[in-house]
Amino acid sequence: MDKSLLRWHLPAAHISGTLIRSLLYTVGVFSIPMSSVTHPNAAFPLRSCTIRIEPPRGLFELCFGEVWAYASFFVLSSGATVKIRYKQSAIGVLWVFLQPVLTMFVFALFFGRLAKLPSDGLPYPVFYFAALIPRTYFSCSHSSTTNVVVDNQRLITKVYFPRLILPISTALLGLVDFSIGFVVLSIFCVVYGILPTLAAFWLPVLLLALFTALGVGLWMSALNALYRDVRYVIPFVIQFWMFASPVAYASSLVPARWLYGFNPMAGVIDGFRWAITGHGQPPGLILLASFAAVVLVLLGGLVFFNRMETSIADRV
Amino acid sequence: MPTTVIHAEKLSKRYRIGEHERYYTLRDGLTRALRSPLSLLRHSHHETFWALKEVSLDVREGEVLGLIGRNGAGKTTLLKILSRITRPTTGWAEVHGRVGSLLEVGTGFHPELTGRENTFLSGSILGMNKREIARKFDEIVAFADLEKFIDTPVKHYSSGMYVRLAFAVAAHLEPDILLVDEVLAVGDLEFQKKCLGKMSEVSKGGRTIVFVSHQMGQIRRLCERVIWVDHGAVRADTRTVEAINAYEMAMASGDAASSEGRVPDVARWEIIAPENGGARGNILETFGDVEFRFSWLVRGDVQKGEIGIVLRNSEGTIVWATIQTSLNLRPGEHSCSIAVPFFPVLPGTYFWSFGLYDGHQWIDYGQCYPELRVETPSFMHPQDQYRGFLNVPYEFKLQVSQ
Repeated sequence: MDKSLLRWHLPAAHISGTLIRSLLYTVGVFSIPMSSVTHPNAAFPLRSCTIRIEPPRGLFELCFGEVWAYASFFVLSSGATVKIRYKQSAIGVLWVFLQPVLTMFVFALFFGRLAKLPSDGLPYPVFYFAALIPRTYFSCSHSSTTNVVVDNQRLITKVYFPRLILPISTALLGLVDFSIGFVVLSIFCVVYGILPTLAAFWLPVLLLALFTALGVGLWMSALNALYRDVRYVIPFVIQFWMFASPVAYASSLVPARWLYGFNPMAGVIDGFRWAITGHGQPPGLILLASFAAVVLVLLGGLVFFNRMETSIADRV
Repeated sequence: MPTTVIHAEKLSKRYRIGEHERYYTLRDGLTRALRSPLSLLRHSHHETFWALKEVSLDVREGEVLGLIGRNGAGKTTLLKILSRITRPTTGWAEVHGRVGSLLEVGTGFHPELTGRENTFLSGSILGMNKREIARKFDEIVAFADLEKFIDTPVKHYSSGMYVRLAFAVAAHLEPDILLVDEVLAVGDLEFQKKCLGKMSEVSKGGRTIVFVSHQMGQIRRLCERVIWVDHGAVRADTRTVEAINAYEMAMASGDAASSEGRVPDVARWEIIAPENGGARGNILETFGDVEFRFSWLVRGDVQKGEIGIVLRNSEGTIVWATIQTSLNLRPGEHSCSIAVPFFPVLPGTYFWSFGLYDGHQWIDYGQCYPELRVETPSFMHPQDQYRGFLNVPYEFKLQVSQ
């Protein structure tokens, strides 16, 4: 996912600035026949919605109903974003699976063949690829969510919509790449003769991935809107986080496994690997710990984002 | 009695200004926290300024309300609060009905997408749902006159086409309340006419419009009531004619005050007749037999002197002008007078400009102060939309022929 996600350029707005000035004097002389401007008695049915505008207060003023009301905007803008992303470069779609596939080969070569790290009895390509897909999803959605508020500042200062749409849509959009990767992974599995087992019922663990991406994304986008140097820290954090997650190694190597689960990515990756292959230890406590961590991150993120949202149009 | 659709109660908005106005960095925040941990507990002492101060207003259903005021007076801040882009610092407002706001032309347009795609995208950002846009789509395209190019990416559009499409989308919004910032001044004249027509059509349909403009002509045409915002507060909230007159008076006298330290006027002017009957300094209270005198200083010999005298109204539109050619002028003080038997201009504020040329060589040109104030009785139609260009006194006689 590139940085231009959801960023709308408005070149004509600059052009129109000069037009406004040059036309300021001419419009005054218009004559438009108008018999009556208003009909005070026109019975226009008042729609039932009443909005109360107040100073920001409290920690939590969420309005998911509002986010839902802007579903059309969300669907259309996401569609447009996907279209732009893949239209601009021929390599666009290719890159989506080339990146994890190449990384997978490097991992399989160095960590697998040379370092001979245990892989819970799985062929190295499948073992690494199953982890790299969620991990790519995380890193991409995090780096794009970081900038989503700042990149849309024009939109934010000119029109109202629930700002929550921005991080939510980036988190959801990442799933497009994720599904492409998922298809590639299935091919790998078939090639290596790994067929779905009962463990596949654990696949809904993917929801945890979505919530993790969203929770962390909320924090990052809000932080980046407040402090503009955050974006330089994020790539390092993402890199660091990858090594703190069972991507390049199996979580069975880690001593206190359930404690390790408080890294939500650990729970997601472990759970995903297990659901796809049925190999390794079934995720129990580790998933529970991850779940708890995600709930905390998500709730905290919502509160923090909400705090930031009230003043965002004045800041960016 | 029409219902109130917008009710605002003492809305105030405070902005911070200070050294970190535009840019906060985490690094700065952390170093400050480390250096003086106590400063985090104290309230940050940024300088603040109130963009809005206790603004209260009511807008009734179907009303077209104009917001006027100089730049930075708080008009846009008020619109931004009512359209929920930003939140008030204190006070509250209640808005009944669906709000559409138009603070910029082409909000949400993306150059890579086609006109069709952008129509849907922009419409959805402005609050329409997909079905509504689809229903209005043909109308929008016809309004923008872009049938042929609707499937071309907008990056290939000319700026005129771009603005037309953006406007067409906005004009077909169907909110109960439409908040419009100064965006109507874009596009070619023909199209602007179309837009103003569309706006009045919208308001006739019983919808409410709050409209910001610096062009008193537009305000006069569209609004029946005007709120004049000055330094973040409501200075006048009254009928259009009165509010605009008060505003223009204040602007004109403000201009005169700010021009005190400027270079001497190119020419001085005065009303020399009627001597007592109605003329007081720069104020004219009569329709006829007026004589103005202009005096100016000539520094060198002028062989083919030309004098241009122009009268403009407060919007800068020329009301009357004259030029006198082939004048032989020698150095020294000169004066001329213009006697007008009949002076049927609308009551209001006017400015004289005076120019001196040698052949076509420009010597001196500038606006004369003070302004001319015409305070004759008004013979205009009481409704603003029938306001004409002349103020002609008349007698009305009704006859019954039997």
